[in-house]
Amino acid sequence: MSSVAETTQQMPIAINLSWCKACGICYALCPVKVLGPDELGKVTVIQANKCTHCKICENHCPDYAISVVGGKKS
Amino acid sequence: MFAEIEQYFRTERLPHIWCPGCTNGIIVKSIVEAIQKAGLDQDKTVIVSGIGCSSRATGYLNFNTLHTTHGRALAFASGVKLANPELNVFVITGDGDCTSIGGNHFIHSARRNMDLNVILFNNNIYGMTGGQYSPMSPSGAKATTAPYGNIERPFDICNLAIAAGATYVARGNSFNTRQLTDIIYNGIANKGFSFVEAIASCPVYYGRKNKLGNAADMLKWQRDNCITKEAADRLPLEKKQGKVVTGILHHEPAPEYTTEYQKIIDKFQGGEES
Ligand SMILES: Cc1ncc(C[n+]2csc(CCOP(=O)(O)OP(=O)(O)O)c2C)c(N)n1
Ligand code: SF4
Ligand code: SF4
Ligand code: SF4
Ligand SMILES: [Mg+2]
Repeated sequence: MSSVAETTQQMPIAINLSWCKACGICYALCPVKVLGPDELGKVTVIQANKCTHCKICENHCPDYAISVVGGKKS
Repeated sequence: MFAEIEQYFRTERLPHIWCPGCTNGIIVKSIVEAIQKAGLDQDKTVIVSGIGCSSRATGYLNFNTLHTTHGRALAFASGVKLANPELNVFVITGDGDCTSIGGNHFIHSARRNMDLNVILFNNNIYGMTGGQYSPMSPSGAKATTAPYGNIERPFDICNLAIAAGATYVARGNSFNTRQLTDIIYNGIANKGFSFVEAIASCPVYYGRKNKLGNAADMLKWQRDNCITKEAADRLPLEKKQGKVVTGILHHEPAPEYTTEYQKIIDKFQGGEES
C-alpha cells in the first residue's frame, strides 16, 4: 500500500517512486534529458535545472508517479 | 497533479495492476480530467465497465463504480441511466469487450441514443486473457490465436458507431492527451450516445508479438501515425494512406432516450387521457 504522501521532490519535479514501474516512458520522452533511469530502471532526476515545465513526463506517466510543479496547466 | 489524483482516485489501491508502460493509466487520467473540466459532481457520476484489463479501471476510480460482466457494461449502464436520468453515466470498455462479445449491445445502444459517455480502450488485442486477436486487430497482426498473422479485417468502430446512430463520435490516442481530454469533454456535453475510441498500447502482448519496441516506442508510434481530422481534410489521399484520423468525427444531435421516455411518463401521469 502506498499514497502520494510518500513523494520526494527536487524542484520542480515531484516523484512518487513507490508508484513507478520503470517503464521508461518519461525519460525516453523528456526533450531535454532532465530524467533518466536509476539502477532499477525507475525514474530519477539527473538535471532538474534544465526542466522546461513542458509536463510531457507527467502527462505520459501511466502510473501518476510524476508531478511537475508550476508551468502551464496540462 | 497529485492533488487531482488524491481527489479522483482510490489512492489506497494504487499502484494499479496494469503492466509497466501499458497506456490504460494515461487514458483514465484524461477521463478524469474531462470530468473535472465539465464540473461533474463525483457523487452523481457513475462509471461502469465490462471485463478486461481496461475494464479494471473502475476499481481505481473514486466515483460510483460498477465492474460488470464481459460485454455487458452498456446494458448495466443503460439500466442505471434509465432508473435515474440525473446521473452522469460513463462506460469504460475494451476492443474485445465492446466489439466482440458486446457488439450487439453496442450497436443498439448507439441506435437508442441514451445519454451515455462511452470510452473504448483500443489496444488491438485481448490483453487480459493473454493476447488473442480481437475484432479490432489489424489484418496481418500477430496474436496468440493468429501466429501467422490475422487473416480477418478489423472493424472501423467509429464508422460502425456512426452507421448505428451514435450522435457523437470521436477518436483519440494516449499520446495526445490534451486532444483526448477535449474530445471526452465534448462528448459529455452531447446529450445522447457519445462514443470515444482511445488508442491504447499493450506493450506486453500486442507490442511484443508484433515487434513494436518498448512502451515509449509504442507511444511514439501513436504520435507519428495519427493525424487530426482537420489536417486530414487538407491532405491529398496518398499523404494520409495508413494514417489514423483523430478528433471529432461526427456530431449530429437527435432526441435522447430518457428524455423521450419521460415525455411518455408525463403524458400519462399528468392527467392527460391517451
Ligand atoms: C463470458 C466471458 N467470456 C470470456 C471471458 C474471458 N475474457 C476476459 S477479458 C476478455 C477479453 C478482453 O479484451 P478487451 O476487452 O480488449 O480488454 P483488454 O484486456 O485488452 O483491455 C475475455 C475474452 C470472460 N471473462 N467472460
Ligand atoms: S513514466 Fe512513470 S512509471 Fe514509467 S518510468 Fe517514468 S515515472 Fe516510472
Ligand atoms: S516537464 Fe518536460 S522538461 Fe521537465 S522533466 Fe518533464 S518532460 Fe522533462
Ligand atoms: S496485458 Fe497489455 S493491456 Fe493488459 S495490463 Fe498488460 S500491457 Fe496493459
Ligand atoms: Mg483490448
